[in-house]
Amino acid sequence: MIEIKNLVKNYGDKQAVRGITFDVKEGEIMGFLGPNGAGKSTTLNILTGYLSATSGTAVVDGIDIFDNPIEAKKRIGFLPELPPLYLDMTVKEYLNFVYSLKKCKFPKAQHLKEICDVVKIGDVYDRMIKNLSKGYRQRVGIAQALIGNPKVLVFDEPTIGLDPKQIIEIRNLIRTLGKEHTIILSTHILPEVQQICDRIVVINKGKIVANEKTEDLILAVEGSRKLMAKIVGPEAEVLKALKSVAGIKFCEALGKRDMDSISYMIESEENVDIRKPLFATLSRNGWPLIGLEGMELNLEDIFIRLVDKQTEKKKSDSKLLGKVVK
Amino acid sequence: MGAIYTRELKSYFTTPIGYIFLAVFFAVTGFCFSYTTILQAESSSVSAYFLFMIFILAIMLPILTMKLFSDDRRSKTEQLLLTSPVGLPGMVMAKYLAALTIYACALGVSSVYFFILGSFGTPPTAIIIGNIIALLFLGAAFIAIGSFMSSLTESQLIAAISSMLVILLIVITSVVSNSIPNTFIRTILNWFSVINRMSTFAAGQINLGSLIYFASFTFMFLFLTVRVYEKRRWS
Repeated sequence: MIEIKNLVKNYGDKQAVRGITFDVKEGEIMGFLGPNGAGKSTTLNILTGYLSATSGTAVVDGIDIFDNPIEAKKRIGFLPELPPLYLDMTVKEYLNFVYSLKKCKFPKAQHLKEICDVVKIGDVYDRMIKNLSKGYRQRVGIAQALIGNPKVLVFDEPTIGLDPKQIIEIRNLIRTLGKEHTIILSTHILPEVQQICDRIVVINKGKIVANEKTEDLILAVEGSRKLMAKIVGPEAEVLKALKSVAGIKFCEALGKRDMDSISYMIESEENVDIRKPLFATLSRNGWPLIGLEGMELNLEDIFIRLVDKQTEKKKSDSKLLGKVVK
Repeated sequence: MGAIYTRELKSYFTTPIGYIFLAVFFAVTGFCFSYTTILQAESSSVSAYFLFMIFILAIMLPILTMKLFSDDRRSKTEQLLLTSPVGLPGMVMAKYLAALTIYACALGVSSVYFFILGSFGTPPTAIIIGNIIALLFLGAAFIAIGSFMSSLTESQLIAAISSMLVILLIVITSVVSNSIPNTFIRTILNWFSVINRMSTFAAGQINLGSLIYFASFTFMFLFLTVRVYEKRRWS
């Protein structure tokens, strides 16, 4: 449904996007993940025809966005980072405007009503957009993207700046929309893509560092797991005992977090569940384990790992070829 | 294109800018009209009024055009317009025509003034009609300049002031040109001079060459506006 090939975008001397290639199949929800300034928005802006690429192609539903922009744009609903709302219009006027802007052929009243029902903005339909809260504005932005029932939906950080309840609502909404549309969702929040997306493309400094099914990516980066354990017992001895447990790669004391226990960070070898041996060791010594929780990887960790993996791969490749990589 | 045109037109009246423009336009032109014809002039000549109108338009029309493109750029709504299935020329044209419509309406209403002259004597109808047509074309060119300046900036204020400057610069070339000793340069500047071109209309001729001059001015600045958007896409 969406094919992007060797996309490059230069802003003057600065390369924002350096040869990105990926495709999204029909009906897929793709997460586009990356830190701020990675080139996510630039890529999406090119895909939707707002910017031109320095080189490369972007094809939507078989139509090249550079060769036939008008036809391609008809197939895309786009919610930019900042919802493009006219604050001096009411929701009704605005949606009517977008409806005629996109030259829709559906019966107007019914089409708009359906969209309002989906994004739940019926109760603010006659209010001025400038008086709406951030959450509602975001929804009006999504409603705007849905007008014309485009095959492809592109959402650029749709949950940014919303409160936790609104975030959950918007995520559920996107999941519902994913049943009938092909969606690209850009974000820098990892749990978000984990929950919603079928596939994740990770981008950093304008380059793709990973493009995998969500479960595979999570597994790949969670190969070695971090646990946080709260243990009651003498610190030095506990540490010594922990280090002797097979499967533990690394551990350190994080310090006293409550009255009598000490917290430890324990990192296991790849694909090893160390919780059982850990419990056995502690119970043998009579040290109560009063808390154990998995430490979630944050995006930075993932990047470091993905980037590390890439450079490792490059090194091993270059060894084979006999080249030297700095 | 129709959608953008309608929205722009409406937006003049959902914000105070349309009302302010019309109020000030009628106040200034009304005062100028009564001062140059009824109160001061002893002849039935209306040429002074039309000369003043050039300067009034130079100051007033940038108010109409200042938000045309700059506001969309600032509020990022241009992202909606540019990712919707509308071509760039269509978008620029729709916005331009919205501003032109307001101006044409204002000019149309202000033409009613000349009926008042009828109660004082016989106004030179042909000259008046010719001049109003000329003013329409002149205003169309000024609005195109204003559109272009507006597409260059995010700030309405900068758009307005820079448009006034550019327009005034074009208007006063004739004033400057007369003091240039070099005949060659003077001829060229005179050819560009808006006042010289308008004065043929004041004499009662409809000068097709001048109308084409204003129309090509309009076309050139609208073309440049489209180019500004093209360039921003590519850079």
